[in-house]
Amino acid sequence: MKKEAQLDLYHQMVLIRRIEEQAAELYQQGKIGGFLHLYIGQEAVSTGLIAARQPHDRVITAYRDHGVAINCGLPANEVMAELLGKATGVSKGRGGSMHMADASKNFWGGHAIVGAHLPIAAGFALGDQYAGNDNVTICMFGEGATNIGFFHEALNLAQVWKLKVLWVCENNKYGMGTSVERASAVPEIRQKAEGYGMPNSRVDGMDVMKVYEAACDAIEKVRTESHPYLLEAVTYRYRGHSMGDPERYRKPEEIKQWQENDPIGIFRKQLVSKKTTSEKALDEIEARVTQEVAAAVEFAESSPEPELDDLFKNIYAES
Amino acid sequence: MSKITMREAISKAIWEEMERDPSVFIMGEEVGVWGGTYAVTKGFYDHFGARRVKDSPIAEAVIIGSAIGAAMVGQRPIAELMTINFAFSAMEHIVNEAAKLRYMFGGQFTIPMVIRAVGGGGRQLGATHSQTPDVIFAHFPGLKVVSPGTPADAKGLLKSAIRSNDPVLFIEHAAMYQLRGDVPDEEYTLPIGKSTVQREGSDVTIVTYCKGLELSMKAAEQLASEGIRVEIVDLRTLRPLDMQPVIESFKKTNRAVIVEEGWKSFGVGAEVASRIYEEAFDYLDAPVRRVAQDEVPLPYNRTLEQAALPQVEDVIAAVREVL
Repeated sequence: MKKEAQLDLYHQMVLIRRIEEQAAELYQQGKIGGFLHLYIGQEAVSTGLIAARQPHDRVITAYRDHGVAINCGLPANEVMAELLGKATGVSKGRGGSMHMADASKNFWGGHAIVGAHLPIAAGFALGDQYAGNDNVTICMFGEGATNIGFFHEALNLAQVWKLKVLWVCENNKYGMGTSVERASAVPEIRQKAEGYGMPNSRVDGMDVMKVYEAACDAIEKVRTESHPYLLEAVTYRYRGHSMGDPERYRKPEEIKQWQENDPIGIFRKQLVSKKTTSEKALDEIEARVTQEVAAAVEFAESSPEPELDDLFKNIYAES
Repeated sequence: MSKITMREAISKAIWEEMERDPSVFIMGEEVGVWGGTYAVTKGFYDHFGARRVKDSPIAEAVIIGSAIGAAMVGQRPIAELMTINFAFSAMEHIVNEAAKLRYMFGGQFTIPMVIRAVGGGGRQLGATHSQTPDVIFAHFPGLKVVSPGTPADAKGLLKSAIRSNDPVLFIEHAAMYQLRGDVPDEEYTLPIGKSTVQREGSDVTIVTYCKGLELSMKAAEQLASEGIRVEIVDLRTLRPLDMQPVIESFKKTNRAVIVEEGWKSFGVGAEVASRIYEEAFDYLDAPVRRVAQDEVPLPYNRTLEQAALPQVEDVIAAVREVL
C-alpha cells in the first residue's frame, strides 16, 4: 500500500477514536440520547476491511457502526449530526447512533437487531447475482450474532446459492457481558463456517495492515470464485458494551493488557519503524483530527432539528 | 370477462408481471420444481427457469430477509411463505425490517417487495397451520397488507402490489383457491388501500374482507329472501385502511356488522367498530356487532373446527341483532 493510503488509514482510525471520545462526552452531557455503542479498540478491523473494498462493493454492519460509517466515507459532520438527532444527520435524525447509512457511499447501515442484517446482506448479494454484476457484499457482525438463527440461515443460503458475501465476524470476546466461551459452542467463530463448507480464516484484528491483507485476499476469492467466505477478526472493545455498562464481567487488567496492543499505537509504531513517515507527520494528522472533530460538533450543534411536519415522511415510498 | 378461479387469477397476475418486468422474480419453499404447494406457480419453473423461480431452503427468516435485501438493491422479489403461520419465523424481517428500513434511514431505501402468504382455517390442519393473524401485520406502519375476496380483486391488487415500491404483504386464503369469479381479460390493476362496495343495500352494512366476503355474500342472499337489504363493504386492504366507503355506507344504513375469520379480540372488527364510533357516532341506531373466530386454538376435529370458525348462520344472526 502506498504511503498516502497508509496515512489515510491512520487518519481514519484516529478520527474514529476522537469522534467517539467526543460522543461519549456529549452523551454524558445529555446531548446524545438512546444507546451509544463505542467502537474504540476495534478501529483496525473496519479500517483495514473497508480499505480493501471496491467502491461498488456493499457494506452492512451491526449497531456499533460509527467507525464503519467513517471508513465508508460518510462525513464526520453528518455522523455527529445524526448522533444529536439533527435534520442534517446521515439518516435525517430518524435513526440515531445505531442506524447510520449512506446509500450513495454503498454503506447500507447500521442495524440494531442482533443478526437480523445477515439475511438482508445475503439479499444484497442475491440482487447483485440476479443483476449479473460482480459486486461483493461485506457484512460485519459481532461474535454474539453467530449464536442466533439468522446467522445460520444466512450462511447456509449464501453457500447453497453461491452468493458473493464476505462475512466478517468481529470477535471482541463479549456479547454485552457474556463471554464468547459462555455463549458459543465454539469460541473460534471461523469454525462455524466449516459446517457450511465455506472457506474461512482468522486474522489479528488489532493490526490494520493484517486485516487489510486478509480482506483483500478474501474479497478477491469471493469475487472471482463466486462463493461466500467468512473472515474472523480477533479484536477487543476498550469501552463498555454501551454507555450504561457496569463492566462486572471483566477485570481492569484484562482491558489494560489489550490496550497495550492498541490498534492505533501498533499502526503508529509500524509507520515510524518502517520509516513510512515521521512522528511529526502523524502528530500533524492528530492535530487535523482535533480540528475536524471540533468542526463536526459545531456543525451538529448548530444544525436544525427535524421539522415536526415531517414526522410522517418516508413511512412509505408511495402514499 | 372470463370465469376463472382465485388460483388462476393469482397465478396469471404473477406470470404477467414476470413477463412485463425482468426485475420481478419469485422465491420460496417449493415454488419451482414442485410448482407451488398450492399449485399457484405451476409451469413457472419450466417457462422462466431457475434464475427467476427460486426454490429456497425451509428458512423463512432468510427468505424474507434476503428478499428485502434484493429489493433494496433494485430487484422486485416476490417472496412466498408457504403459509402465513410460518411468517412467525420471519417476524423480525417482516415487521422490524421491511416495515422500518425506509423510515429509519431517512427515506434512503426503497423496498419494492411482495410477501405472498396463505392463511385461513377450515382444512383440519390443526392449531398451528390454520391461523388468520392478518391484524398482527396490519398493526405496523410501514407495511401494506392486502387480502382480497374475489379473483378479480386478487389479480388487480397483486399486480399493483408487485409494481408497488413499498413492501406489501399479500394474504391469500387456503380454502378460496377454487373460488370462481369474473375476471377482465384485458390488462388492469386495482389500487391498494381502497375499500369497495361489493353488494348494495340499505338496511345494514356488513364490513368484511377475504373469506368473510364469501360468508357475507351468502348471508346477504338468504336475508334478501326476507326482504332485508344488506350492503357489503369489502376492505380488501387492511393497511392503509380505507374507511370512507364504510362510513358512507354506515351513514346510510345506521347499522353495522363486521365479519372476519381471525379472533375477535383486538381484531379487524375492533378497529372498524372503533372508527365507526369515532367518525359516525351520531348515525348509530344499534350497537355494532362483530362476527369472528372463537377464541381458541383451532382444533383438528372437523365438527369442533367448524364450530369455532365463523359461519353464514353467525353472520345472519348478527345482522338480525342489529336490525
